[in-house]
Amino acid sequence: MSAGVGVDLENLWIRFGDFVAVRDANVNIKGGDFFSFLGPSGCGKTTILRAVSGFLDPSEGNVLIGGNNMQGIGPNKRPTALIFQNLALFPLMKVWENITFSMEIQGASARERRKRADELLDMIALPGQGDKLPSELSGGQKQRVAIARALCAEPDVLLLDEPLSALDLKLRQHMRTELREIQQRVGITFIYITHDQGEALTMSDDIAVMRAGVIDQIGDGKTIYNDPSTAFAASFVGENNVFRGKVSKIIGNEALISTNRSGELHARISTANQGKLQVGDDAMMFIRPEALSLAPTGTQGDHYVTAQVNHEEFEGNTYNIFTEGDGGKEIKISIPNLGQSFDDHTGQPITLEYDVSNAVVVPAGELASE
Amino acid sequence: MNPDKIIRYSIWIYLAIFFAYLLGPLIIMSATAFNSPGFPRMTPWECLTFDWFGALFRDERILNGIWNSVLVGIGTVIMSVSMGLAGALMLTQIWPKLRATYYTIIIAPILIPGVVLGISTLVFWDRINRMLGLGADSFLSNGLFLTIIGQSTFIASYCMLVLVARLQRYDMTLTEAALDLGATHAQAFRKVLMPFMFPAIASAGVLAFLASFENYNTTTFTFGEYPTLTIELAQKVRYGITPAISALAFMIVALTVFFALVNEANIKRKALIAEARKDATVGELAGKVEVPGFLSRNPAAIALIVLLIGTATVVGSAMAYSPDQCIAGVQEQKRLETERRIQELRDQRAKDAAEKSQQEGGAETQSTPKPSNNSGFGSVFAPGTLEGSDSDAGDAAPTDSGGNNSGFGNVFDPNALQNDDN
Ligand SMILES: Nc1ncnc2c1ncn2[C@@H]1O[C@H](COP(=O)(O)OP(=O)(O)OP(=O)(O)O)[C@@H](O)[C@H]1O
Ligand SMILES: [Mg+2]
Repeated sequence: MSAGVGVDLENLWIRFGDFVAVRDANVNIKGGDFFSFLGPSGCGKTTILRAVSGFLDPSEGNVLIGGNNMQGIGPNKRPTALIFQNLALFPLMKVWENITFSMEIQGASARERRKRADELLDMIALPGQGDKLPSELSGGQKQRVAIARALCAEPDVLLLDEPLSALDLKLRQHMRTELREIQQRVGITFIYITHDQGEALTMSDDIAVMRAGVIDQIGDGKTIYNDPSTAFAASFVGENNVFRGKVSKIIGNEALISTNRSGELHARISTANQGKLQVGDDAMMFIRPEALSLAPTGTQGDHYVTAQVNHEEFEGNTYNIFTEGDGGKEIKISIPNLGQSFDDHTGQPITLEYDVSNAVVVPAGELASE
Repeated sequence: MNPDKIIRYSIWIYLAIFFAYLLGPLIIMSATAFNSPGFPRMTPWECLTFDWFGALFRDERILNGIWNSVLVGIGTVIMSVSMGLAGALMLTQIWPKLRATYYTIIIAPILIPGVVLGISTLVFWDRINRMLGLGADSFLSNGLFLTIIGQSTFIASYCMLVLVARLQRYDMTLTEAALDLGATHAQAFRKVLMPFMFPAIASAGVLAFLASFENYNTTTFTFGEYPTLTIELAQKVRYGITPAISALAFMIVALTVFFALVNEANIKRKALIAEARKDATVGELAGKVEVPGFLSRNPAAIALIVLLIGTATVVGSAMAYSPDQCIAGVQEQKRLETERRIQELRDQRAKDAAEKSQQEGGAETQSTPKPSNNSGFGSVFAPGTLEGSDSDAGDAAPTDSGGNNSGFGNVFDPNALQNDDN
């Protein structure tokens, strides 16, 4: 079912002088989807959103909304509503005036506006708060008012620019579920921007991972997490352990990597790179902390790693072991706490085991900095 | 003595001197508006009178000057606030590299002497007038037009400074949010930016009006047929001032104090409401009366209100009170005093003459001309008048109307100055 209006970016370039903020982006967002752009600060997420909402003209390429080219159409004529990174509630207007600003523009009467505001206030669980000023609301309440204001304009596409970044952790988690519920209720396309991979993974139908103006990978949360196509995507989304090396052998969709420290290791080639990765290429192998487990010391094989334990920590739900790894990076192993006893391994050699399907090989590339 | 105490006392003394310096002239000036002598003075206090207010409102030129000042003020407010707003908006839009240069240029008129601005306005518009082939009575050489244009050249810069300060606190994404919600640029400007700017626009307007009202040095070149109040006052001083001017000053001071108080009360009230709203719902607040709150926190406001009430009662009682009786009494007293002096002098002279004639056998009957020279003008140079501080020759001259005898001769009368010092 493709209700709602889709958004397409075709060969989109955005330059500021010599600086390229967005490089050749191609994205198809299906109508009614919750789509996230995920990337570190300064990678061009806001820039893309501003191009979609009409505040920025693309240097090259096109933005299509519902199949219509938006070239030359101003932000007030596009069927989009943007929730700004800083919310941008009108400080001198009461909450209900804020929410129904778009109706005021269309010349609706105060009574109609009041009525609509009350409906929306009920929806965002702030009944009876319409007469407050934005400055009298808490962060989470402002957040919800901004959403109501955008929804009041009845946009086909709602654009959200890191709306949760200013909230504390508890509220952020609460708002995630709430946003998702609202999106499913109104059924319009949401384009969501975040640098928080947890947000992107929990809420989105599809995610685009961005790095310095380039879109590295587009896919649903599971694909991005389990089958990253670049070293950046693998290291940016979730925690990951990296093993550097060269491809020494290719067996169908799997490969043997001769790593710098841990000998020859066996792994699966990520879907996007199957058939492209060649013997002799520089490669990186990624294994999630939770995919590693302890094996009897001294076990040999191409899915076993031996390492010296640096330190350990107990996190409550997991027991983490840090061992020395490649190029200054530690290897982290997370063992779920199921009530078993944990030995202290500090300073000892241990052997780690993994399932080949959980180890992913991608071409060597830039890693996300912490 | 405790050094702490010394410091505390000296601070109080310093404050007293400082405020005396600051407010003293205003208080003296205001007081002179209620004293009956024809020259503004506080001592000797003769009669409480409100005639000077009447005289003020009967003075065509002053009234006309006020009217012109108000016209020019309104014109200048409109011109300079809109130019200032445009300039301030421009500053936020302009290419960042040009910003500093633009700012310097737009601020420059403040640094240029008003005299120069006045002359150049006159010359510039005269040229344009001639270029367009218009006559001397055209709109472009109209005094109102020239004065408004001339004053606005630098008052607009003041306004811009005020507006820029506010504009810098404006979040440009608010305009974008309005556009995004379907507003046109004009609607975003009117519904979002303007309400935000309104407090600054209001203060820029007040500032512009006051700056225009008090301006002299630019206006003096441009006023043409429309002399403003400052121009009229300056011209009046040449012919001597009367307490009617003090009355005007008093009214301006009173109005200023009043509006300052109203403003202060407003700010306090808003702060209180904002504070209260934090922990009360809107419904609870609607019933509350907040006004007295600002009094409990501001002794200066109380003092000023007491002063105002005092003034109001004095003025109120004055409606019923007629100073004519008192003035007549004072004049009678003065006349008697003069007569007494004349009598004394006559006696003295007679005595002198008698003595002289006794000694020299009446060789010299003519005495000095001094006693007969009793008019205001002559006694300026009479050393005797300097001694008498209670009543001087100028006022002692018997005249019918206390209002009109004064001006001319007394301005340069050293006695008048001396008496004011007392
Ligand atoms: N108006 C502009 N002029 C010049 N460079 C700009 C402009 N706007 C953005 N940039 C640059 O483009 C890059 C991307 O900016 P953008 O605001 O899209 O980042 P972002 O991904 O939204 O980051 P964040 O998560 O911190 O909000 C940045 O390097 C920024 O410096
Ligand atoms: Mg951003």
